[in-house]
Amino acid sequence: MQRFPCPFCGLRDEREFHYAGELGKTRPATFTKVSDKEWRDYLYAYRNEKGAAEEVWVHLTCREMFVMCRDTVTMEVIETRALRKEVSS
Amino acid sequence: MANTYSALRLLREAMRGHKGWGQAWRSPKPKSEYDVLIIGAGGHGLATAYYLAKKHGVTRVAVIEKGWLGGGNTGRNTTAIRSNYYYPESAALYDFSVRLYEGLSRELNYNVMFSQRGMLVLSHSEPEMELAARTVNAMLINGTDAELVGPERVRELAPILNFRPDARFPIHGGVFQARGGTGRHDAVAWGYARAADALGVDIIQQCEVTNFLIEGGVCKGVETTHGTIRAGKVGAAVAGHSSVLAKLGGYKVPIHSYALQAFVSEPLKPVIDTVAFSPAYGAYFSQSDKGGLVIGGGLDRVPSYGQRGNLPMQENVIGGLVEFAPALAKVKLLRHWGGIVDVTPDSSPLIGPSGVDGIYLNCGWGTGGFKAIPAGGYLFAHLLATGSHHEISRPFDPDRFRTGFLIDEGAASGIAH
Ligand SMILES: Cc1cc2nc3c(=O)[nH]c(=O)nc-3n(C[C@H](O)[C@H](O)[C@H](O)COP(=O)(O)OP(=O)(O)OC[C@H]3O[C@@H](n4cnc5c(N)ncnc54)[C@H](O)[C@@H]3O)c2cc1C
Ligand SMILES: [Zn+2]
Repeated sequence: MQRFPCPFCGLRDEREFHYAGELGKTRPATFTKVSDKEWRDYLYAYRNEKGAAEEVWVHLTCREMFVMCRDTVTMEVIETRALRKEVSS
Repeated sequence: MANTYSALRLLREAMRGHKGWGQAWRSPKPKSEYDVLIIGAGGHGLATAYYLAKKHGVTRVAVIEKGWLGGGNTGRNTTAIRSNYYYPESAALYDFSVRLYEGLSRELNYNVMFSQRGMLVLSHSEPEMELAARTVNAMLINGTDAELVGPERVRELAPILNFRPDARFPIHGGVFQARGGTGRHDAVAWGYARAADALGVDIIQQCEVTNFLIEGGVCKGVETTHGTIRAGKVGAAVAGHSSVLAKLGGYKVPIHSYALQAFVSEPLKPVIDTVAFSPAYGAYFSQSDKGGLVIGGGLDRVPSYGQRGNLPMQENVIGGLVEFAPALAKVKLLRHWGGIVDVTPDSSPLIGPSGVDGIYLNCGWGTGGFKAIPAGGYLFAHLLATGSHHEISRPFDPDRFRTGFLIDEGAASGIAH
């Protein structure tokens, strides 16, 4: 089995993880009219990168969402990082 | 066709030491321009070229393939052919395909070995039996053949399955489609290739499309590893690589690429003469004429372009199979492989304009497009030749993701593709 590094728990079995979607999509602001085309692009247009991809994943056991950069051909994990930002004091 | 295959011909060639068969198709150099250029010599690309020439008289056609013809998912699939779908739009599409398959060997003068041994989808609980009844009713209303079967009939159809009451998923019955079955995947690609070539279509292998030629916002051809080829219209039928082309062309597709795996066992005496599928066990199998069990299951869990499978799904499928038909536990696997499939959010294909003038799409078949090759090719050829949809392909236009008229077979027929 492959192991993925959760930014919070470290290396864990791939079956503990769930792919949630591509990174970088912003939900259209609904206080103005959103066209069908904008909804389509938000909901259904995927980059589906061959090679380096940036995705949002969930570690099902700790329930944290995080960013995983990986190569979709070799399956190599390039980097994982937390989605939450540090609170500045 | 000059080079017709027949029993008489076989006899004659046998007496001459099989030296007179000749090549099945040419390997031409690309011309500088075509009326229609198809990217991808999988079943869908080849069938499209064949119907363009045969039905529409469009013979200045090229099919451009980066590897060898039929080397993509068409040569990697488990060959189940069926039309047991829920929505009328899907039934019209897939049943049209089954009907074309029924006459295909004759049409192409090539034995595609379509064997209507039936497709059996198991139910393992009373609620699942109720859903099976709903599926059968929908199929009958849609004009597809379907039979709601109980455990006794399942036992007749596939005695090798696990009928023990203490099975992990006891068998309550299921849906049987007698007209379903299997075909020979390579023969479908080869048969269409040979018939298209005979009608003048150029099939160009070992030639990768590396970019689109866009002039004034309109696609005028493609760049390839063998140079520029101009074309009146370009049709892309590249399955798991649809997003790679979309990026080059500047259009968007609602597709995720996943690896789908399959397995073949050592040859055995006949143990099953239908295709048995258990959604609960996550496995299905049939037996090839050589005796090998052909085994498949669900998609890998991770989007991927790695043309091989990963271990969690192997465990799932083989573990499921061993409980589904425990007598097979000691059978050895001979081969195992993966293909990159093009999965859409509603598990239905995309046939239609891409959004860029001159580029058209036939993709999104996901885990189930082998059964659809004749129909996909027929309908895509219609679109490319006439510029407008055939009634059967219209609902599958990519614009449904804007209008919201999705055809959600993933949910409706419980097929996890
Ligand atoms: C393991 C497995 C099991 C399956 N089981 C079934 C089943 O039982 N029943 C069923 O109906 N379906 C099944 N399928 C799905 C089915 O195989 C596919 O939907 C179908 O074969 C798709 O055909 P196609 O012609 O669209 O694509 P493909 O056969 O994949 O052809 C696409 C071609 O495009 C070429 N290409 C890609 N990019 C370029 C480029 N830039 N330039 C030139 N050429 C390019 C590729 O090399 C490839 O040959 C299965 C798939 C897999 C992987
Ligand atoms: Zn974690």
